[in-house]
Amino acid sequence: MATAKVFCKTPSKSGGKVGKWERCPLKDCISPEPVVKSKTPGRPSDRFITDRSAMDFNIASFRLGMKENSFTDAVHSPSKEEYKKQLAENLLNVENGQKQTRILAFKSKPPPPPEGFDNGRKLLYSQNLAGGQTKPRKMFRHIPQAAERTLDAPDLLDDYYLNLLDWSVNNILAVALGSTVYLWDATTSSIEELLTVDEEGPATSISWAPDGKYIAVGLNNATVQLWDSQSLRLLRTLRGHSARVGSLAWNGPTLTTGGRDTLILNHDVRIREHVIGRMEDHEQEVCGLKWSPSGQQLASGGNDNLLHLWDAAAASSQGPTPYLHRLDDHQAAVKALAWCPFQSNLLASGGGTADRCIKFWNTHTGSCVNSIDTNSQVCALQWSKHEKEILSSHGFSQNQLCLWKYPSMVKMAELTGHTSRVLHLAQSPDGYTVASAAGDETLRFWQVFGTPETTKTTIKAKSKNMGSALNSLNRIR
Amino acid sequence: MGTARDVITLKGSAAIVSEFLCYAVNSILFQRGIYPSEEFSRVKKYGMTLLICQQENVKAFIETITAQLSNWLEAGNLERAVLVIASISTKEVLERWNFTIETDTDAVHKGVTKEKSDKEIMNDIQAIMRQIASSVTFLPNLEEACTFDLLAYTSVDSKVPPTWGDSDARLIHNPQIVKLRSVDTKVHQVEALVAYKFNEEV
Repeated sequence: MATAKVFCKTPSKSGGKVGKWERCPLKDCISPEPVVKSKTPGRPSDRFITDRSAMDFNIASFRLGMKENSFTDAVHSPSKEEYKKQLAENLLNVENGQKQTRILAFKSKPPPPPEGFDNGRKLLYSQNLAGGQTKPRKMFRHIPQAAERTLDAPDLLDDYYLNLLDWSVNNILAVALGSTVYLWDATTSSIEELLTVDEEGPATSISWAPDGKYIAVGLNNATVQLWDSQSLRLLRTLRGHSARVGSLAWNGPTLTTGGRDTLILNHDVRIREHVIGRMEDHEQEVCGLKWSPSGQQLASGGNDNLLHLWDAAAASSQGPTPYLHRLDDHQAAVKALAWCPFQSNLLASGGGTADRCIKFWNTHTGSCVNSIDTNSQVCALQWSKHEKEILSSHGFSQNQLCLWKYPSMVKMAELTGHTSRVLHLAQSPDGYTVASAAGDETLRFWQVFGTPETTKTTIKAKSKNMGSALNSLNRIR
Repeated sequence: MGTARDVITLKGSAAIVSEFLCYAVNSILFQRGIYPSEEFSRVKKYGMTLLICQQENVKAFIETITAQLSNWLEAGNLERAVLVIASISTKEVLERWNFTIETDTDAVHKGVTKEKSDKEIMNDIQAIMRQIASSVTFLPNLEEACTFDLLAYTSVDSKVPPTWGDSDARLIHNPQIVKLRSVDTKVHQVEALVAYKFNEEV
């Protein structure tokens, strides 16, 4: 694995750019401590373990004793030998030292159980009263405390209000390092430079379209560029903002952009006059923007400590869109936003340094259902797709990632490793791995949402199909 | 059951033991879910309700084997009967129900009869059957579809019909063993134990 400071050329098509001789972006760092896998007791070690049911101790001790006896006996009279043999035969069922038992099995075998017959005992005797289809799950899964992998991310801007990390459904991680956006293929670990901007840059936000082909890049010069990630071509440039575009969110063919000019714009990327909606209710930079999984509601958070909820249907080109709810409970900038995958209308939001809280909202009524103080600025939130858990990333002083059980909000794990605030989180398409990017210019991967084996449904089949290859990263070590 | 009261002949004992093995095998097949429970019907035996598999092939298979076991028992050749439960897909042996039989040689060679009350024997058998039924509490769930097989350990000089062939012991590596109760007809003493593959819940 390459060390952090390596003299190499960046893998770029416009060779040897801008003095990147010292560091290679997205190459592995010096290896962290190896991940301690849980011990599997009971796995056969190299001890010889006696199998009592298969051993005949009498024969064994007789055989052992035989040698000794032959030394002590002075006279080997044939009658004595014969006597011994007879004794052995009668008592131990041994003739000429061979066992006298045959093991027989009936030649034709019994019929197998009918096709598709599932052993019904599981239903009767399994612990899980409700489902019964699965074997009882372990209560706590092992969450590796160390990052699975660390990549170098030089020039990652240490700015709280930007959103520089996104993971596509095709398992490609996009990260904006300064003025360049790199694509890292998680399956093959290959790096590709998507684009580099000069005076338009640096890149201030990136977001993959839902199909994983197109990627939107928000820039410092208030424009948003739309690129095709496969052909590496710029498709169009969207204008409309007057200051840098710090947040992006896709909703089908609609791209919503939030900028430092306090505006939120809705663009339909297919048509010429792309601005189809306009939301003006923030008073400062819009740093958090997330559409709900259903695509009905949009949540936006700003530096003005406000969290707004908007209805998709109400968007129109005519005037500014009115908001559904205006939530001002937070005491600091609201950047971390995450919609719950298993409960509709549940939104989690995190506040900045002065607030440090994670708040849960019912987005129908706009009421706050829960609020917990995490003692550290909340930079990003990610819900688990497989379990009822939520992951939050923090800044000063521990720069940790916290895994909480929902709804009890019991802290299940605390993952440390970053040496500066963990600004961005992105989740793999199979939902088991989370990538975090921090101000210490590293990208770390955490196997925090479990592995395919620990989930109860037959996710094994699913993850194979999805081609999640982060599992293969384990074998690199 | 036994022919005359209290007097157990070799033939009678062989019949008792082989019948017991037949019911024990059926019981195990039902309890472990080798075949769907719809295929079993209830019969009254040994003063309790037991389940017998009614599927033609299975019934025939068990009957043939039991008949042969009875022959061997009469000749005093049967040393062990083992019911092996193995997974169909991986052929791995998951459970091994071991019935060790000790034959009283006097009865075999000299035709001596023994005395034991029917009731006692029935109680013994009842106890083992109940134990088999309750064994599900500690035996690990059989996750996959399994099939069963019966192995007979006989002495070398026993008469082996052509329908039987030699087999390996099909042992379980590193098994957990639980000893069950025994049945004693004074002519044959049957000791039962079950060995199963220990599945560590990681």
